[in-house]
Amino acid sequence: MALFGRTVIVCRKAVDLLTDYLEDALPVRGQARLEAHLAGCPHCAEYLRQLQTTIEALGRAEPDAPSPETCGDLIAMYQRWAAHSTR
Amino acid sequence: MTLARRYHATLADVAATYLPSRAAAAVVVQDTWLAMLSGLDDYDGQVPFRSWLFGILVHRARSAGDGGRRPVPAAGYTAGPGRFRADGSWVLLPLPWPEDAGERLCGPAAQPAIRAAIDALPPGPRRVVLLRDAAGLPGREVSGVLAISAASQRALLHHGRSRIRQALEQQVREG
Repeated sequence: MALFGRTVIVCRKAVDLLTDYLEDALPVRGQARLEAHLAGCPHCAEYLRQLQTTIEALGRAEPDAPSPETCGDLIAMYQRWAAHSTR
Repeated sequence: MTLARRYHATLADVAATYLPSRAAAAVVVQDTWLAMLSGLDDYDGQVPFRSWLFGILVHRARSAGDGGRRPVPAAGYTAGPGRFRADGSWVLLPLPWPEDAGERLCGPAAQPAIRAAIDALPPGPRRVVLLRDAAGLPGREVSGVLAISAASQRALLHHGRSRIRQALEQQVREG
């Protein structure tokens, strides 16, 4: 637990707030309270690092390229659309 | 085909969160591409192209599926079940990940585990994670595409990220 002013942020609450924190959605005082908690709680700080690593990995994940069959379907669809729209 | 290579898989993944099968999702994605082609002349650029495209998809997938109006999960899932005491302190401490965890999770060997972790999410968190973290749309665009509030978007995102972090723990340790 961490004390900040008269407000206690417990670890569970801190973890609940981490996405709001990373998305810059916390009010200024809430952000300060959370940062004070993180500065004094190595476990929540570690959890934040793991969440950031997870987000980075999700961002690097390459979506599957369309299969040759899908590409063929899309090209055929486009050709039908183009033929129809130029009539 | 550049657009298809860039967006087709994510469109199919997002459509699948509304529909009972990948085959049904594939039909909606084709329908979305057709609607995009037909609507290009009316695209006014007021929202980024990707948001416009995903917006078409979500509208069509909702119409074809269950509507996607499932309730936002309550804030019960954070770090995983049973990780906190009633007073809010940790029971199961998050064990530090190895130094090279980031490198490993960003490498090709981790891709199947990441894919499986995304696929295991409930539909609501899955579609938000796909749009926000995998496709990289800003949060406000995700809220707009899904027609949900910013707070709901972040609640779903937190739910999804937390579950994926937990699912990747094993991958990180066993590498």
